Amino acid sequence: MTDTAAPRSLPHRLAAVSLGGSLQRKLIWQFLAAAAVAALTLFLAIRVTADRAAEAAQDAVLAAATLALSEGLLAEDDQLDMDLPATVLSMLSAMGEDHVFYRVVLRGQTVTGYEGLALPDTIPTGNEPLFYETMVNGTPVRAASLTRAILFDGAQTEVQVALAQTRHGQAAIADAIAWRAGFLGIGFFVLAVPMSLLAARAILGPVGEVADGVARRGPQDLRPVAESVPPELAPFIAALNGFILRLRLAHSRTETFIAEAAHHIRTPLSAIRAEAEVALHQAGDDKIRTRLRRVIRSAEECSRSASQLMDHALVMSRSEQEVRGPVELGTLLDGLVASMRPTAELRELSLHWQRPEHPVVVLGDRLLVETALRNILDNAIKYSNPDDAIDVLLDVSGRMARISVLDRGRGIARADLASLAPRFQRGENVRDIVGSGLGLTMVTEVSDSHDGVFRLDPREGGGTCAVLCLPLA
Amino acid sequence: MRRSLSSPGLIRVLIVGLALVLARPAAALVVEEEFVLGPADAAPVLRILSTTDVSAARPFLEAFHNANPDLSIRYTVASTISAYEAIADEQLPFDLVISSAMDLQMKLANDGHARPIPHSAAIDAVPHTARWRDLIVGISVEPVVIVVRSGAFAQGKVPRTRRELIDRLREDPERFRGKVGTYDPATSGAGYLFASQDAAFGSTFWRLAEVIGRLDARLYCCSGAMINDLADGRLLVAYNLVGSYSRARAAEDPRLLVIEPEDFTLQLLRTALVPRSAANPDAALRMLEFLLSERGVTAINLVPGQSSVLSTPSGRPGASRTIRLDPGLLANLDRIRKDVFLRDWTAAMVQP
Ligand SMILES: Nc1ncnc2c1ncn2[C@@H]1O[C@H](COP(=O)(O)OP(=O)(O)OP(=O)(O)O)[C@@H](O)[C@H]1O
Ligand SMILES: [Mg+2]
Repeated sequence: MTDTAAPRSLPHRLAAVSLGGSLQRKLIWQFLAAAAVAALTLFLAIRVTADRAAEAAQDAVLAAATLALSEGLLAEDDQLDMDLPATVLSMLSAMGEDHVFYRVVLRGQTVTGYEGLALPDTIPTGNEPLFYETMVNGTPVRAASLTRAILFDGAQTEVQVALAQTRHGQAAIADAIAWRAGFLGIGFFVLAVPMSLLAARAILGPVGEVADGVARRGPQDLRPVAESVPPELAPFIAALNGFILRLRLAHSRTETFIAEAAHHIRTPLSAIRAEAEVALHQAGDDKIRTRLRRVIRSAEECSRSASQLMDHALVMSRSEQEVRGPVELGTLLDGLVASMRPTAELRELSLHWQRPEHPVVVLGDRLLVETALRNILDNAIKYSNPDDAIDVLLDVSGRMARISVLDRGRGIARADLASLAPRFQRGENVRDIVGSGLGLTMVTEVSDSHDGVFRLDPREGGGTCAVLCLPLA
Repeated sequence: MRRSLSSPGLIRVLIVGLALVLARPAAALVVEEEFVLGPADAAPVLRILSTTDVSAARPFLEAFHNANPDLSIRYTVASTISAYEAIADEQLPFDLVISSAMDLQMKLANDGHARPIPHSAAIDAVPHTARWRDLIVGISVEPVVIVVRSGAFAQGKVPRTRRELIDRLREDPERFRGKVGTYDPATSGAGYLFASQDAAFGSTFWRLAEVIGRLDARLYCCSGAMINDLADGRLLVAYNLVGSYSRARAAEDPRLLVIEPEDFTLQLLRTALVPRSAANPDAALRMLEFLLSERGVTAINLVPGQSSVLSTPSGRPGASRTIRLDPGLLANLDRIRKDVFLRDWTAAMVQP
């Protein structure tokens, strides 16, 4: 047994896409890189600024202390007095328990303080202390120096003072701030991770929505994309819509062309056929009569193909439009069986059809359902032997309406069952019977576009059983 | 100059210029006392250089030795200035220097002679006012007190503040003439430290100086001589004495009365540092940890008038003024500043 109907599922509608780098991932990486750069810049900026600020503050304290030290210098005749308040030195150390060194030089002689504290290369002038860096006992220090003139021994004399401190305190403050800045930077970055995820998703959201909308469409739905999209996506959607339009045009042009071509072929074919039949009547030669019969048969075959092609084109274009309405199958089959009965009686077949008491309504395109059922019935009649009976049944099975057409004809070889649905495929069993191989193609297409199921199975006791199920309305 | 704060037996007057910049000839360490615990030739030795005499140090030394019998201890007592020079000039391999001369300890640390002490819970528990960087750790604190002979003042008239002392001295100048003593700031480093700290806290000090100057105050180099004269009755009032020693003497001698001035009481820190020249710094750290442990604190508190930096100090809490342990102490060692101070001091003492 073979299922000739493929289920309508998404993979059928979505073509394979060759994938490059993910746009969302790229966006997130770029956001994160930007956040990392921003965090690092923030960290460095805070660090440098804090370092400078701490140094400036320390320098201000050092300057004030140097000034206080120099102002404490007083001369009385040949005695140098110095008021060195302990608080001046304490003040320098208060911030971070720094080491403190000082030196007072008078006439090139160190009068008090540390001889190990180097003086600046240039002698400071003016009221502002001169800052410089030097080493005391192998420890780097920041120093300030100032020169003052005092009346010493009856003459104006220059006294140079130097005051130095280690910068453990400043380093500790800078370190503490750097830690905080580091945490701030990391916090900023950590916050940026979900933010960039959200942002990337928000930016790419419309793309996904459009893709979903397009993917959810039926196989023949060639309407342009109507969803409103952000202006950045407009060129993409415009291109897509242009493509859809061209596709639709090409599609309908082909269908119209096929239908017109079939029509144009049919008319001269009937002429050929009529002419050949007249000739057959008139011809006496058996050989010529055989030839003419072959001509008539070919013309019949050709005509059949043309009308099936027309029907197929119709099926194609109608299933694309997805015209849907309630279709009562009982009435439909009433008409169809009535229209087929003459053909059946011509072949001495009895058609059994009993319309069920309750109406069976499906949602679909009446014309397409009718075409499908006509082709099923046509096959049953074509491939039956004279005096056979054909049963047409309509019932409901679960949520589906079921139409079964049972014949006692030649049946189908099991090997053939799988390969009959594609276009122009005919079975091994056709022998002299005229056909194009498009009938079952149309049945399958209609069944697919209506979310139905079509099966063709050998019937027990000989013959074929064709079943078409369509979802109830 | 000598700054023996607690060894009354040895009175030696060494006059050493305090000028920082004057090159001092490297003097050999003058050992006052030496105390050894454990086998002297044992391999791990902890060498302590201290200004606290053996009798006061013994409780904590023995407690430490009991807890660490593997270590033998060589405890060397020297004057504050001698101890300073042993480290600053001679770089002698002592593992721990314990001194009451806060200014000299500060100078050792400021000049890079001290080794950083690694952080530990015990060290971090020491209040910030009793530490400087990771170089100096306070061990104990003791008040700077006034000692009077009982009966020097009438009942209920014993002065409790400097102002009251000034008033009592003024009320009866004849009684106190030549009977008031204090350190000579010119010869005693501790005396100069106390006097300059006093002066920094207000004008009362200079008023007191003038009053005792007018009373022909007697100036001493050392606490021992001062307290002896007080016990003998040659003095009635001794101003600015180290608390631990005074309390110890007062405990034995009922004629001595110790007063912690209620306007403010200077608190002196006895501090420790590990010199760069230490041969066995790990042993020194063990000693420090012990001194700051529960048993160490108990042993330190055994000495009268002295309490561990981890205990709440005696006396009125609001009156305590712990001498600031920071480079401000360096000003105390400045020659010019000292000259200026001493000129004012002499002017107060020698009055026309
Ligand atoms: N009821 C049936 N009994 C036996 N064979 C059948 C039956 N229905 C279909 N077949 C086989 O399936 C083949 C395909 O059927 P299909 O209707 O597609 O083509 P066709 O009938 O040959 O041509 P046409 O397009 O003209 O109907 C047939 O050629 C035939 O071999
Ligand atoms: Mg057919």
